[in-house]
Amino acid sequence: MGNLLVNYGEAVAMILFAIGAANLLLHKNLIKKIIGLNIMDCAVYLFLAEKGYITGRGVPIVVDGVQSVEAYINPIPSGLVLTGIVVSVSVSALMLALTVRLYKKYHTLDLDEISMRLKKEEGM
Amino acid sequence: MDFLKNLPFFSIMISMFSAIITSILPKKAAKWLNTVVIVVIGILSAILLVYLFGTGESYTFMMGHFPAPWGNEIRAGVLEAGMALFFCIIMLLSVIGGSKKLEADVAEEKQGLYFILMDLLLSSLLALIYTNDLFTAYVFVEINTIAACGLIMIRQTGHAIEAAVRYMIMSLLGSGLLLLGLCVLYDLTGHLLMSNIKEQVAVLVANNQYQIPLLCCIVMMSIGLSIKSALFPFHAWLPNAYGYSTVSSSAVLSSLVSKGYIFLLIKIIYRVIGFDVFKNSRIIDILFVFGLMGMIFGSLSAIRQKDVKRMVAFSSVAQIGYIYMGIGMGTNFAIAASVFHILSHAATKSLLFIASEGLCDASGESRRMEDLTGAAYRNKIAGAAFLVGSLSMVGVPLFPGFISKLLFAQSALQIEFTKMLPALIVLGISTILNAVYFMKASIRIYTPVEGEKRFPVVPVKKQGIYGVVLVVFILLNLYLGTFSQPITDWILQGLGMFA
Repeated sequence: MGNLLVNYGEAVAMILFAIGAANLLLHKNLIKKIIGLNIMDCAVYLFLAEKGYITGRGVPIVVDGVQSVEAYINPIPSGLVLTGIVVSVSVSALMLALTVRLYKKYHTLDLDEISMRLKKEEGM
Repeated sequence: MDFLKNLPFFSIMISMFSAIITSILPKKAAKWLNTVVIVVIGILSAILLVYLFGTGESYTFMMGHFPAPWGNEIRAGVLEAGMALFFCIIMLLSVIGGSKKLEADVAEEKQGLYFILMDLLLSSLLALIYTNDLFTAYVFVEINTIAACGLIMIRQTGHAIEAAVRYMIMSLLGSGLLLLGLCVLYDLTGHLLMSNIKEQVAVLVANNQYQIPLLCCIVMMSIGLSIKSALFPFHAWLPNAYGYSTVSSSAVLSSLVSKGYIFLLIKIIYRVIGFDVFKNSRIIDILFVFGLMGMIFGSLSAIRQKDVKRMVAFSSVAQIGYIYMGIGMGTNFAIAASVFHILSHAATKSLLFIASEGLCDASGESRRMEDLTGAAYRNKIAGAAFLVGSLSMVGVPLFPGFISKLLFAQSALQIEFTKMLPALIVLGISTILNAVYFMKASIRIYTPVEGEKRFPVVPVKKQGIYGVVLVVFILLNLYLGTFSQPITDWILQGLGMFA
């Protein structure tokens, strides 16, 4: 319990991840699903940023000639976050494009309703 | 000979840059470039395989000349090179075999785009095979997902887009779990390169530190990758995605995309977590149980299908179950059996998809089982190919499915009794269930139609390249089924290099 309070950032990240995953899986509305996806990804980035941060140290950019390792936080997790953001932006864009396609065809964002209609089409 | 060590890097880069160039090429040129690229990469992989057999040991290749633990690395052993060669062969045959159908299914202006996706898919698969860096693996997993999604939705029908959305939802959950798992692992070990992580994990286990987080990240990575490769309870997206996409896509998706993720999982087991640590975590029991359930329920769902392509797609769920059962047995030999099943399933399932497409075309574009009656007489090559695929899936000797079942049974005999018994029983039940639906389909296509002929016969000579592809596929299957000993030796040698 003590660890949970000290690492509250990581705990929040895990809760957010669960919220996002539940949104992604359980919501019928496609836009809400995509929002869930983004919450889930951001939770991972929060977790990474939290892991890379060291209390009392600065951004890892050399200014004023201070080169000591002690002065800066770990830059690698930040780099990973940047890569991750690129990936999640492209994935969200793809999902949104698919949503637009479906909306133009069926005039609804409800994925279950679309599936029902597709089943009916097949039955005919 | 040092120059040959660059080949994995060249393979990844050739396919990736050809994807970029393809975007400005006309359709015909795009198709040719794609074929040439796959052939060239296949040849490069073959050269690398011969070279690695000569040296007898694996090597790591520094990207950008930064030494470990800072730089990014590629690693190649005989298993990786062989897998790359095999994936190239299957992809080439699937693309050529489905090219005629592609022109019919996909809108004229989109056909060039299809080959961009194929090139990207190939490069991401190669990167998954060769990379030695966990985060690079994650990035290429995402590229693979995006390319696969494009391959599903390229037909632009309502079914295909819906299937693509469902595929993306499950797949993104899987990659989210994988990402979280590897972030926790990075947090525990401080490294992203596979070999460095493995050393640190060994230290953690020896000092009995952080056991619960380690277990959590093993669980997250295994479950994430099994969602993406459609292990049984997570397979809901699979039948539509395979059933409603164009035939090359279904063949490539079922035989390469899901297999790439499984190969990455096997790599993570051996090279990141360490085989013994993975075995001692109880996650292998979960994979084992899911695998067994998939073998039965996948086949049961396949029996109920009235649509031939969906039946073949559901049979993939059962076959993925076999692979995970092998991983769940937790011996070196069982994992070798799983790798062999990756090969045999890839060769057979793409054959089945392409053959069933030919049969459907000979039955007036219908995919319903009733209309397929006598289709093997209308399209003789496709009928023979479907029969070969069915026999292989059921596990008749001479075909690769038999060898993988044999290897699974042999490895089941080497493990403890509580796992041996369910494995052997389910293997038996699953074989019978496979026989039920594949033999039903084969008998139906070889039943002569009474009365008037509804559909014209497709003459053998008019099939052209499609017929050639099917014959090559049949030969490949026969080769895998009859010369299995050198292949299992190669797999065991490759797995030995993993350690």
